[in-house]
Amino acid sequence: MSFVQNFPFFSIIAAMFSGILSSVLDGKKARNLSLLVIAVTTGMSVMVLGFCMRTGESYTYMMGHFPAPWGNEIRAGVLEGLTAVLFGLVMFFAVIGGMDHTAVDVEESKQNLFYIMIDLMLSSLLALIYTNDLFTAYVFVEINTIAGCGLIMIRQVGRSLSSAIRYMIMSQLGSGLFLIGLSLLYDVTGHLLMSPAKEAVAEIEAAGLYAVPMLVIMAVISVGLAIKSGLYPFHYWIPDTYGYATPTASAVLSGLVSKGYIFLLIKIFYRVLGQENVIASQMINVLFVFGLAGMLMGSVHAIMEKDTRRMIAYSSVAQIGYIYMGIGLGTQAGMVAAVFHMFTHSATKALLFISAVGLYEVSGDRKDYRSLVGAGYRNPLAGIGFAVGALSMVGFPMLSGFISKLLFATSALQSPHKMLPTIIALAVSTVLNAVYFLRLVITLYTIPSGDEGEKTRAFSEGQKLSSEKEDGHRQTSSRQQVITKLRLAVVSYILLNLVLGLYSQPIVAAIGKGLSMFA
Amino acid sequence: MGMALLVNAEETVSIILFGVGFTMLMLHRNLIKKIMGMNIMDTAVYLFLAVKGYIKGRMVPIVTDGIQEVSAYINPVPSGLVLTGIVVSVSTTALMLALTIRLYERYGSLDLDQILMRAKEEEA
Repeated sequence: MSFVQNFPFFSIIAAMFSGILSSVLDGKKARNLSLLVIAVTTGMSVMVLGFCMRTGESYTYMMGHFPAPWGNEIRAGVLEGLTAVLFGLVMFFAVIGGMDHTAVDVEESKQNLFYIMIDLMLSSLLALIYTNDLFTAYVFVEINTIAGCGLIMIRQVGRSLSSAIRYMIMSQLGSGLFLIGLSLLYDVTGHLLMSPAKEAVAEIEAAGLYAVPMLVIMAVISVGLAIKSGLYPFHYWIPDTYGYATPTASAVLSGLVSKGYIFLLIKIFYRVLGQENVIASQMINVLFVFGLAGMLMGSVHAIMEKDTRRMIAYSSVAQIGYIYMGIGLGTQAGMVAAVFHMFTHSATKALLFISAVGLYEVSGDRKDYRSLVGAGYRNPLAGIGFAVGALSMVGFPMLSGFISKLLFATSALQSPHKMLPTIIALAVSTVLNAVYFLRLVITLYTIPSGDEGEKTRAFSEGQKLSSEKEDGHRQTSSRQQVITKLRLAVVSYILLNLVLGLYSQPIVAAIGKGLSMFA
Repeated sequence: MGMALLVNAEETVSIILFGVGFTMLMLHRNLIKKIMGMNIMDTAVYLFLAVKGYIKGRMVPIVTDGIQEVSAYINPVPSGLVLTGIVVSVSTTALMLALTIRLYERYGSLDLDQILMRAKEEEA
């Protein structure tokens, strides 16, 4: 056994223990520890990915050397490694980019708690990616929910508290359904580990037993995880939660948390229930229809929204719809497109949230998007970042959004019954995306005029004056630092987007390889 | 169908309880009742697991009097799951209650609709 094979376990446990350690550290140290742990676990994930690519197969890792039907297992393959690397990168830059806002938004004495939540979030996401055991998955789903709730409510302004309770309620509905699904599955199969459970499911299906319970299990698990990831009719908590949390939290919640659940759902489809059974049960058609509805309705809501951050959040609803539509196509190509879009959305949504902060900063932090008139000139890099993110979401060539749209369209051609609705919905949704994203980008690059312009100009000048007045030198140097961190994050996200967009062939091939390892 | 429900009375009851809890959590306006609903829902799952793990005429899975055969004891895995599940639901309940206290202090109400309305007003 190679030493690298230990890394999935090490990364989960390192993230968890850093959370425990952070409880006795002060804010700054906890933050540095978080960054260190995220960097180290991402490094480990890169090595796991490299290992799996080299050997060309996945492996399972026994916890405590208890053999298969009893013990707890971790499983790593190409897709797990790739997802873990991407999640790690997105999280790292989200923490760096939002660092200074976290320092302002969160009370001094609670700074370390924020980073504990980040550590726990990382640990639970890694566990959701790597685990091979259903009940472990449930436990980490709950840890993820609690950490997510902490990230939302730690900023105590505006509607963050009421949005936290909404988030908790919806999440608990989802986890309850997921838990009863697991219990039913355990009763039918007698296994909690994914691989033996899959064998049992195959036997049951072959013998034609338990048709109704299996259908119920599929429905309940899919709906439970769909609620938690915010599929369209269950999306009401999304705009409030993403709109009011501190920037790091918004980026992490929108970019990663929902994807963790989707990844788990895909894993359960392939590794437990069996993709062919899921397709035969028509469950994917339900996901397909709601995915389509989400694509359209999310965009319509976003167009009607005035607040930029809520607009981006509603766009998440639409993007989650895309992912479920890809899953719902029921072909290998559709699934590859869905996973690729998961990556695209993580990288792009985090970029949008982080650069939106940079734009708000120079425009007086007002909610209405019209206050951002000309903000692209006042903070050029954030403007470029936002424009890149927006174009990627619309599907501009060279950027990752284009590739995922291309993949969706080509995979739709393979499933004759779903081709027409998919392509029509893609086209309509792209136009709707363009309506609100380009409206924002045009707003950013409109030269301010009249009243609105006066106000914002007065504000930015006033800010400049006041910052110069307050012991000039220190202030400007710290401000410089803020800008550097934000720049670093925005540039990295843009690069990530370009890599996903321009270097897509190997990534798509790796996803395909990872998915075939799942079976 | 009816007979099957009667034979598996415990499972039937636990699924009905799950439904009751789920509906309460989803539809009730009072936050405390929502949390109660959540607990009923979780407990129903534990009842379900416990019933499924129980085998009539067998002992608690602790080795007594040196009896080693597996067939003398009930299945210990569901009991383990129930314990883990209880830990999870205790922590989520605590978190929800803490949030409810915060919300009550801030908005002076336990009614979710009113809380959301006041939060909206506050902003405007």
